Parts: sequence; C-alpha cells; structure tokens
Amino acid sequence: MSTDTKKVLFGPVIDNNPIALQVLGVCSALAVTSSLQNALVMTVAVMLVTGFSNLFISLIRNQIPSSVRIIVQMAIIASLVIVVDQVLKAFSYQLSKELSVFIGLIITNCIVMGRAEAFAMKEKPGVSFLDGIGNGMGYGAVLIVVAFFRELFGFGTLFGFEVFSLIQNGGWYQGNGLLVLPFSSFFIIGLIIWAIRQYKPEQVEKD
Amino acid sequence: MSSNKETFGKTIGFVFVVCLVCAALVSISAVSLKPLQTANKLLDKQTKILETAGLLEAAGKDIVGTYNQRVEAKMIDLASGKYVEGDVNMFEERADARDPAKSTKPENDIAGLNRRADNAVVYFVKDEQGKVETIVLPIVGAGLWNLMYGFVGLEADLNTVKSVIYSEHSETPGLGAEVLNPKWKALWPGKKMFDEQNNVAIKIVKGGAKAGDVHGVDGLSGATLTSNGVENTLRFWLGEEGYGPFITNYRAGGLN
Repeated sequence: MSTDTKKVLFGPVIDNNPIALQVLGVCSALAVTSSLQNALVMTVAVMLVTGFSNLFISLIRNQIPSSVRIIVQMAIIASLVIVVDQVLKAFSYQLSKELSVFIGLIITNCIVMGRAEAFAMKEKPGVSFLDGIGNGMGYGAVLIVVAFFRELFGFGTLFGFEVFSLIQNGGWYQGNGLLVLPFSSFFIIGLIIWAIRQYKPEQVEKD
Repeated sequence: MSSNKETFGKTIGFVFVVCLVCAALVSISAVSLKPLQTANKLLDKQTKILETAGLLEAAGKDIVGTYNQRVEAKMIDLASGKYVEGDVNMFEERADARDPAKSTKPENDIAGLNRRADNAVVYFVKDEQGKVETIVLPIVGAGLWNLMYGFVGLEADLNTVKSVIYSEHSETPGLGAEVLNPKWKALWPGKKMFDEQNNVAIKIVKGGAKAGDVHGVDGLSGATLTSNGVENTLRFWLGEEGYGPFITNYRAGGLN
C-alpha cells in the first residue's frame, strides 16, 4: 500500500477523525453506543454507506449538474441506507429491531454527505471509496470505544457476556445508571477528544 | 464545471436517470429480501410463544418444527369470546388496532391503548399427548415511554401463570427494561391471576410482595411507571374488555 492510500484509509481514524476533529455525526454516536454489538453493526453499516456513496458519487461526479448536486447525493445515500436496512432485516432480525431507527438516520449523518461533498465530488472513484471506508472506520473507532465503557460500566457486560455481575442478578456490581443513558456519551467523547489532542497538540484550535 | 451540462433539459434528464436507478436498486432489494424478512418475523414470534410456554429449551434449534407440532393458533372475537374464521398467520394486531372498522375504543382504557383490535389470536400449546398444557395470550399496553408488546402464558385453568414475556418495548435501559431480566421473569410462574370471586387480582407490589402472596409480584425498583403499566396491561387484557369473555367460555367448555 502506498503512503497516499494509507493516509486516505487510516488518516480518518486518529489524525482526521470525523467525530473527534471534524465533529460530525455526534448525534448518532450518542444513540447507538449502549452496547458493543449495536456499535459494531452501526460501524459496519456506516462504513458501507460512506464507502459506496463516495464511490457512486465519484463515478458520476463529472456529470452531476452543480445546481442539483446535493439532492443527487441525497438520493444515492438514501437508496443505499434503505438497502442496508433491508439486508439487516433479512439477515439479523433481532439487531434490526433495535437498530432500524438509527440505520434510517444514517441518511442524516453528516459524515456521509460531508465526505461526498468534500471528497468524492473532486477525486477519483477508487480513492473516494477508500476515503469513505476510512471515515466509516474513524467514526466506528470512536463508537466502539464509547460503547466499551458504556456497556462495561453501565451493564457490567461486554458483547452481552457478563464481566461484572450486577447486584440485581445477585452479584456485587452496581451498574452506573448515568452510562446507561445516551447523553453520557458526551462525557466519553469529550474525554476522547481531550486524549487525542494531548497526543496530537496540532489538532487544538487556535483562539 | 463546463456550461454544456448545466442546461435545463440536461439537468432534468440527469435527475430522472439517477432517480430511476435508485428506485430500481431499492425495489430490487426490498422485493428480493421480502421472503427472508417475513420468515424472520414469523420465527421471532414463534420463538417468543415457545418461550412463554416454557418450551424454548426443549425446542433447541428446531423452533419451527416444535411450533408446528405443539402449537395451535385460533382467532377469537374478543367481545363475544368465540372462535371466528380468519387467517392466523396474516393477522396483524397493530394494523387492526389502527383500522376503525376492525377495532373499538375501550370504555375503560386502563392499558392506554386508545383503540383495541376486535379480534385476537390465542395460542394453544399442547403436551406430547395433545392435551392443552399452556394457553398463550398476546398482550399490549402502555409502559413509561411507549406501548409494550408481549405474551402471557397461562396453564389450562386459565388462572395459574406460566410466564410473562415481553417481546418489544422501549423502556429505559437498566430500569424499565428490566422486564426482560430473567430474575424478574422467574417471579411469575405459579402466581394466580384471579381470586376466588373470579376478579382479576394480579398486582405488582412496590417494595416487594409478601412471601406466599399468590397474586402479588415484586415491582421493578426504579421503574414504578413501567411496573404500573404491566399491572394495568394484565388487568385490562384479563378483564371484560380483553380476554374475559373468552376465558369464561373456555372454562365453561363451551368452545369447540
């Protein structure tokens, strides 16, 4: 892999993270991070949607009339999201029951459209596809870290397996009620942003 | 951007083609995945019914086989409590409850339903010899945030509880969502729904039911409103506007 491809694919994970640096897609990061399983499925779904929407938009970028480009991007993104939702319903009904609402909301996830408008409209299809996958990964990385803390300290489990046994099940651990609720992700995302900026001070905005 | 693709005609044409392609993609995926989705939905329901009847472990992987062998579904008219003709697999409680022609407004709407479907499907779960062992009744009622859908399993006397299983809810995780906690579900078996005078007597007791109380079940701590919702749902569905007429008829042996 050349350094350029690497940069496009893995850059968004830490250096240019969509949530931590671009501050896109935070709303869905609050909703789906109550368990690792949900976060993982959401990550895969967003990766596929950003990847393929970037690919298709980049393929037709020279034909898209600029007056209607946003609506064309939306049509492509929305179609892909519906397909992902349908596939999930067909192959994993349990997960789709929990996630269906949020899968539908990928359409409004700013990362997808942000990358389509900022990257895919200018670049070649191959590299656009990688950029989409990379941004999906960056989004997913934050999601998984948040979900790890929320599931472990909120419910005492990881991927549904018991790690700390809860008091209501006869164990010793009192689940943290705050982490069970969506807004607790704000704290965790804040701490992640702080940690990344400690490690990479150049990300800190100048006053 | 060159100017030749910005003309009115070309823009319209381009948008039309994009819409056509997107519509085709969505339709193809929806139509081709439909059979799998329907099968999944049915499997999910059958799993819940077997769980309510306590047969889930015995069924193992063979949910459909066990269901077909042990469960008989029948449609009833709730007001009269009599069997009616109807396709039990196509019956959608939610769709019927929204249709004014197929639902009525309960006079005493304690379960917060707004409208109740006129028909319901009840499930008779039989033992190996073909004798009715459990009767599974679908229930629905308001919790704290939204309607909660589930099943209640009663023994053949239609009084002794086998289980109360919720299949769909949007209660608060860690609080109301504890209706799915195995410890709480384990409190239900053996409780009696009705007292000697045949009134609905089941209740959920905040702070914990007394030992030996056959009608009382411990409330969920931190989820009083969800607990009230469960109690009201059961009171509604076992009462006269729910399965009451059916229960009376069934006990009298008047249904065949």
